[in-house]
This record gives sequence, C-alpha cells and structure tokens, in this order.
Amino acid sequence: MKKTLGNIYIVIIMLFLYLPILTLIALSFNEAKSMSVWTGFSLRWYEELFGSKLMMSAIANTFSIAILAALIATVVGTMAVLGMAAMKPRHENMLMAFNNIPMLNADIVTGIALMLFFLMIHWPRGYMSILFAHTTFCIPYVILSVKPRLNMNTDRLFEAALDLGASEKYAFRKIVIPELKPGIMTGFLLSFTMSVDDFIITYFTRGAGINTISTLIYSQVKVGIRPSMFALSTIIFLVALVVLIIVNVRQKREDMLLAAGA
Amino acid sequence: MSELIRLDHIVKSFDDTMVLNGIDLSVAENEFVTLLGPSGCGKTTTLRIIGGFEKPDEGRVWFDGKDITDLPANQRHLNTVFQNYALFPHMTVGENIAFGLRVKNKTEQYIKDKIKYALKLVNLDGFQNRRIDQMSGGQQQRIAMARAIVNEPRVLLLDEPLGALDLKLRQEMQYELVRLKKELGITFLYITHDQEEALTMSDKVVVMNEGYIQQQGTPEEIYDEPVNAFVADFIGDSNILDGVMTAERVVKIDGTEYPCIDGTEQGFPPKRRVDVVIRPEDIDIVPYGQGQWNGTIISKLFIGVHYEMLVQSEDGSVEWLLQNYDQHDVGEKIGMKVDPENIQIMHKPKSEAESAIELDI
Ligand SMILES: Nc1ncnc2c1ncn2[C@@H]1O[C@H](COP(=O)(O)OP(=O)(O)OP(=O)(O)O)[C@@H](O)[C@H]1O
Ligand SMILES: [Mg+2]
Repeated sequence: MKKTLGNIYIVIIMLFLYLPILTLIALSFNEAKSMSVWTGFSLRWYEELFGSKLMMSAIANTFSIAILAALIATVVGTMAVLGMAAMKPRHENMLMAFNNIPMLNADIVTGIALMLFFLMIHWPRGYMSILFAHTTFCIPYVILSVKPRLNMNTDRLFEAALDLGASEKYAFRKIVIPELKPGIMTGFLLSFTMSVDDFIITYFTRGAGINTISTLIYSQVKVGIRPSMFALSTIIFLVALVVLIIVNVRQKREDMLLAAGA
Repeated sequence: MSELIRLDHIVKSFDDTMVLNGIDLSVAENEFVTLLGPSGCGKTTTLRIIGGFEKPDEGRVWFDGKDITDLPANQRHLNTVFQNYALFPHMTVGENIAFGLRVKNKTEQYIKDKIKYALKLVNLDGFQNRRIDQMSGGQQQRIAMARAIVNEPRVLLLDEPLGALDLKLRQEMQYELVRLKKELGITFLYITHDQEEALTMSDKVVVMNEGYIQQQGTPEEIYDEPVNAFVADFIGDSNILDGVMTAERVVKIDGTEYPCIDGTEQGFPPKRRVDVVIRPEDIDIVPYGQGQWNGTIISKLFIGVHYEMLVQSEDGSVEWLLQNYDQHDVGEKIGMKVDPENIQIMHKPKSEAESAIELDI
C-alpha cells in the first residue's frame, strides 16, 4: 500500500516535470499553427526555423558566446584559484568574500551595472560586450567549484611528485591538473549552462541588431510566438538530453573499466 | 661506515616561532636512524629540510660530502615515504610506482620489470592495475614504499609510515621494514613518536623535544643511560622527581635525604638542582614504615603480567608510579624501597628554562 502510494507520487511528479516539455515537443510537429488542436504531423516549423536567418544567427550567438565565455571563465577562474592559494590566508579570505558578492547580486543589478559601465567607457555594445558580461558573471562560479579541489592534499601530492624527481611543470600537469579536473569540468559546464540560460544580463548588454535565443524569443512574444520556437526549444532539450546521457555513460564506463582493473 | 647526511646547526622558524633550535645530526651510510619525539617537536620539519621542501633559516645540509642546502627537491638523490602516503589518487597502483621512472625517461620494458620487482618486494604481487582507493591502509603503505624504492635512492626518508595502522599491522610492518632495509642495503631516516618502534628498529635513536636534540645514541644507550628526565620519561614511563644535591653523593627527594651513586665527578656537585628518575619497576614494596618512603595506594591497573599502581606520598606532594607482580589493594598503606644504583640523577632538560636555572646557581 505504502509502495503504491509512493509510486503514484513519483508518477505525478514526473508528469508535472515532463508533461509541459512533451506537449511542447508534440506541438513542434503539429501541422497547424494552433496551440491546442492537432491537425497532423509536419516538419514545416523545423524548415521555417532552419530557413530563418534571424533565428539561425541567434542560435549561433547563444552557443558561441556560451562556449567562449565558459572557456575564458574556466581558464581565468582556475588561474585565480592557483594565485589565491599562494596568498596569505587573510588576503585569500578577503578575496573570496569579494568573489561571493556577485553571485548573491540580482541579475538585474549586474545587468544594469554592466550596461552603465559599457556606456561610460564607450565600448560599443554587441557580441563582444555580451561575451565580456557572460565571462564576468561566470568566473565566480568557476572559482567556487575549483577552489575546494586545491587543498593541503594537493600540496602534498605536488611535493610527492617533486620528491620523485618531477619538474614543477611536469608535476603541475600530471598531478595538480588531474586533481583539479572535476572542479574545472563542473565550473565549465556550470558556466556554459548559465550563459545559455541568461536573459536579463544579455538584454542589458546587447546592442541593437544582435540577439541570442532568449532575447529573440522575448522580442517575438510581443508579436505572437510562432511554433518554430517550439521546434527550437525541442532541439535544445534533445541536445541537453544527449549530452547528459553521454556524460553519464562515460562516467559509468570509466568506473567500470577501473574497477575491472583494465 | 662513511657519513652520508650531515645537518650543521639547522635553525628554522615559522612566523616568529622557533621550530628547530640548531640541529646537528649525522647519518652514516646504511644506517637506520630514527628521530623520536612528541608531536610538534620538529621531526617532520627536519625531514622536510633534508628532502628539500623547506629552507633552513641557518645551517647547512650535506649529502655525500656535497652541500645540498640550496638544491631543489627534485634534484636530490633521496625519496620520501610521506606520513599520509600521498599516493596519486587518479592513477593505478602500477602508474604510481612508475611515476618516478617515467620522469627519468626509462624504457617501458624497464618500467614494467621494475614495477613487478617492487610489488614482489612489498608482497603485493599482481596488484598493479588496482585503483588506489581499493587498497587498504597497510597496502597503501607498501605501495608508497614501492613507489619510493624503484628510484633506487641512497636514503629513504620515512615520516611516521606506520602511524595510521592498527597495532597488530604496525608490528608486522616493523619486521617488513627491517627486512626491506636489509634487502635493499640503503640508509633509512625514520620518524616516529612511538618509543618502542624506535628502540626495536633503529641503529641510532635521536630524541628530540621543542626543536632541540636531547640525546642521540644506540637504543641501549638511550634506554639505559638517558641524559635527562625528558628522555627517561619519553623512553619509558618513569617517576621524575625534583631533587637537590645536599652533600657529596646525597640527594634530597620528597623531603628526605638519600645516598646515591652520582656526585661532583658526574657533574652533580652539592646544591645543584636536579631531576631524579626512578623507573617504576625498580621500586620494591615493603611493609609500612620499613622503606625509605611511605604512601597509600590510590589506584591499581592490571596490565598483562604485572600490576601498575599509583601511590600517594604521606604529605600528598608526590605521586609514585609502581610496577609490581604482587597484588595490593587500593587504600593499603605501604612502604617503598629503592636501591641507590636505581636512583638516577639527571640534569634538568635542555631548554630555555634550563639556562635560566643554570644562571641562578
Ligand atoms: N608550514 C608551517 N607553518 C607554520 N608552522 C609550521 C609549519 N610547519 C610546521 N609548523 C610548526 O612547527 C612545529 C613543528 O612541526 P613538525 O611538523 O615538524 O612537528 P612533528 O614533530 O613532525 O610533529 P608530529 O609528530 O605531530 O607530526 C609545530 O609547532 C608546527 O605547528
Ligand atoms: Mg610530523
């Protein structure tokens, strides 16, 4: 009895989570423009999507900015962590406090602040300003995910490598980086998703004539949303799903290989 | 035996706290030297200075006749087995052992043979593809040994390598280490705070406290002729009493005067304040009133073959530790007797307090 109730509960939760997405996927294949009547299967909205220069460039902008911002933030953030480790504890703690403030800040404040900053230094707003803004708000998250990996243990492993004759460069590459890798990966993925997700900061830092997916959808809501947006959302969802599955399967396989003693 | 390592008056402080106060140490080729001392006395710091992970403020480190004080760690011909093993968690057992050889660009065949040889030596045949976190504490200890010795160092520095193991495993590993050392024919510089471990394994024991070397010598010398009360107490539980030499070969302890065998010749002239060390097993229990001291038994503990008792002196100022094969009851009033040759007179320990007292006299 208890078990049945538990199962029903899980099913309800799953429906809440996935029914909207399933509806969206179904509607993206709907023949009609209607959001409620099913008139038949069709790929016309996908054709419209891939045929639209506006949408294709928004997609390209979103993902290229996300990848670049995540890459730069990961490199800068990781270097910051290494630099902070060499500081006196008092200075390090102070810097960490500064690092945490932007994460607590409301996006709208960050967005407006960045906009004013770009205006003040006369930096033309466009692709580069969005990229700069995204990199900025990603760095604290990278620092937060890499920092816990660099601890006393990492120091000892580094020394052990030197003890075995390794140069500092070699020890860093072969021992420290692999130790930090899980944190670096988390930081990169976190940055990537946050960049793709962002609307508010992008909205304030973009110039006229450049759109990411989120700002494009926002501007279309005003004139009435088209089903090609459903098609776009469906693709994004499927891509995310595939990436998630790949990551999980690889992790499993790695664990199994190691466990089997390959 | 020729000298392999020499420390010349090493001084080291961290943030204004003196950690090493002028350490002089000599380690001969093929010797098993143990640094023994309580937590925080500077053992690890000494080892780290020899390993090249810490620079001394003053003093020089010599290795095989060469001054290596300024030589970086990765160019010294010695390897360390770290206190926590510091095995590389993302590598297999085999890769861990191969690390030092890969650095030196050895051929794959050479590396393969070496891994096999080293694992056999530490009794872990066939474990090379295991993950580190699949190995027990004792096994990890052996891997750390294997990883160090494949590099054929002339000296192995071991920082409490058995500290994390349980008692039984620790005793097993003590034999293993001594066997390994014989088989390899290399020098061991070993750290422990376990006096039994130090006494059973070493050729030479160096007792440290608060950044000073208190005494160095063979285990027998350290045990039989401790130079001060600190060493005596650290090497075995002892009664350490404040005493004053009142006349030639007479010492006053716990309010009464007793004859002893040390005098001016041994550096204890009358009026000198001293530490008196009496080992618990040297105190005989006699009927009340018939010994040199009287007291009341306040606690009793059976430890294996004998009893350990705490006895409070008549005026309550001294607590005596006794070991005896006979059973006595708590609350019983007894007399205690010690032969003069078992009353060891010692200098007060080497520390700032000591110099102050010496100036007083
Ligand atoms: N990097 C450091 N910075 C500041 N103080 C340090 C540092 N390393 C050691 N110390 C201090 O130096 C003293 C000696 O430390 P050390 O590690 O040599 O002791 P130890 O004899 O090895 O003790 P244990 O048996 O606990 O390992 C300690 O008081 C310690 O706090
Ligand atoms: Mg230590």
